[in-house]
Amino acid sequence: MAEPTAPNPEEKGGAAADQPDTPVAPGAVPQAAAPDESVSREPVPVSDGLLYGKPTEESHGTTIVHTGRDGYLELCQALKGDGYAMIIGVSGVDYLTHPGRSLPEGITPERFEVVVELLSLVRRHRVRVRVQVPDGDTRLPTLFDLWPGSEAHEREVYDMFGVVFDDHPDMTRILMPEDWEGHPLRKDYAIGHVPVQFKEAPSGR
Amino acid sequence: MTTEQFGDLLQSKTSEGAQELTSRAKTRSEELRRELGGVLRLPEGVDADPGDIDIDVPDDETMILNLGPAHPSTHGVLRVMLELRGEEILRCKPVIGYLHTGMEKTGEELMYHQGSTNVTRMDYLAPFSNEASFCMSVEQLLGIEIPPRAVWIRMLMLELNRISSHLLFLATGCADIGAINMLVYGWREREVLLSFFEKVTGLRMNHNYFRPGGVAADLPDGWRDDVLAICEAIPKRMDEYDNLLTGQPILQERTEGVGAVDADTMIGLGVTGPLLRSTGVAWDLRRDQPYLAYDQVDFDVIIGSYGDCWDRFAIRFNEIRESVKICRQICDLMPPGDYRVQDKKVTPPPRGRIDESMEALIHHFKLYTEGFKVEPGEAYVPIESPRGEVGCFVVSDGTSRPYRLHMRTPSFTNLQVMPPMMHHALLADAIAIIATIDPVLGDVDR
Repeated sequence: MAEPTAPNPEEKGGAAADQPDTPVAPGAVPQAAAPDESVSREPVPVSDGLLYGKPTEESHGTTIVHTGRDGYLELCQALKGDGYAMIIGVSGVDYLTHPGRSLPEGITPERFEVVVELLSLVRRHRVRVRVQVPDGDTRLPTLFDLWPGSEAHEREVYDMFGVVFDDHPDMTRILMPEDWEGHPLRKDYAIGHVPVQFKEAPSGR
Repeated sequence: MTTEQFGDLLQSKTSEGAQELTSRAKTRSEELRRELGGVLRLPEGVDADPGDIDIDVPDDETMILNLGPAHPSTHGVLRVMLELRGEEILRCKPVIGYLHTGMEKTGEELMYHQGSTNVTRMDYLAPFSNEASFCMSVEQLLGIEIPPRAVWIRMLMLELNRISSHLLFLATGCADIGAINMLVYGWREREVLLSFFEKVTGLRMNHNYFRPGGVAADLPDGWRDDVLAICEAIPKRMDEYDNLLTGQPILQERTEGVGAVDADTMIGLGVTGPLLRSTGVAWDLRRDQPYLAYDQVDFDVIIGSYGDCWDRFAIRFNEIRESVKICRQICDLMPPGDYRVQDKKVTPPPRGRIDESMEALIHHFKLYTEGFKVEPGEAYVPIESPRGEVGCFVVSDGTSRPYRLHMRTPSFTNLQVMPPMMHHALLADAIAIIATIDPVLGDVDR
């Protein structure tokens, strides 16, 4: 790996003094920590198609775990403990007008599905958690305490689908204006059209 | 209407209400802690105690300042609300949504072969990245493999796009800080790349060139000479700019040590790309989860050490040089062959054939009116865009339109790192920080 374009050692010394909590001698480059050999580099092991008791499937190198709301937070905690330290995204899907999807046994299909994509840098492996959220009671526990990076994504899912995340620090709309009514990405929310009036073009004759 | 009434009306019509930065008394303690830049989880069982929050200044000695959304240095319509004590930033909250145009909803109405036109406009400075992740997701759902030449053409365009995006970052970033010379040079270098894109795809930006199944058209004759000319010119000029910027005392003072964040914070926030690499984490999807043919080219992953603004400048600077290296290798290794998969159900026939063959005419008609149907399923394919990981999550339902199209865009997630970076920074540093986060508001808001 190449070094970044290094500035003058004298200047680096001066700048290093401004760094909070980096006791680095002027001109020295901190070495990366030695890799922790005890951490596994393999994908988290799936036994009998189950991961922490939840049914899984494989898709192009990603392990997809299906769950209902019960056990969702515990599953995520277990995955974080297993080294899935980075949350890539949280997105929602509204299956209202979907012809029918195949879910494993034991998972009741609900109208909304929240999809959480996790990444383990050490294992170089991704896990996708798909959790079912019923229509009348669109609530889920927040993942903010596990992964602070879920904050903006959960706000977007709330804004677009109306799924409320309990204990989220700031459960407000993020893309739509604050006083907007309705949740635009739901299937029963019309795409909207701007009425266009056509005028007869003036004829050249 | 009096001036006062107008002011009140303006305030009520333009207020984002609960999305704004409100007084400390009205903010929940977890959110307050987040705005202060506290990210990592508190130990088990410990609640965020308002007394813990290290603001020793009473409310009436601070000022809440609005930076944006109409601001020359916020990289688009980004609104950043800051609580200031003099010049020092205590709390920070980015407010977004000013460029939201419902592109994901639009994506559900367009057919798959039209999807590129929509998706390409999200990150409008790296359009090939968006197109690539969308097309690769659709190809995964279709279960088709694109021909080798299409793979290498995509790689070439992606790397040239990386160069042009980073040049724009250098141009605007330096302009924000005041090094206005670089602004002019950056745009000038981009011109060469944009004219090459126009030669190949027909457009300078937002190309709609990558289609599910390959690319829209083959590279024009003489492309190798053009790319080699670019690969000759750019490194020489990058050396000049290196000479100009590195060691320039004012630029160094304004970027070294500014906005330093550690690797755990970045990982916890889901930040990827040059921001993550600036903290020393060597994560680059091109090397760690290779896609297309990146495992067949040789390049270095540039990392920083301090996680500050200067590291991010230096990383993007050197990534331009690495991309030039990759482009030279692609010129040597480009295979001959088809530029699009020859599956009649996915690829429309060439226009000339329509006059000759009834079958070609019918296929053309069917593909452009009804589109090709994709089996039900879902796919998420991430790639390394100049800003970080961009991935397209597509859910299909057996029709010719995506059932759900979600782009996981890097700038949306990377913006979450703004409060930790801005904590105790000066207002002038805020500009340098926003510049080096390099958000593209199309990416953020979609």
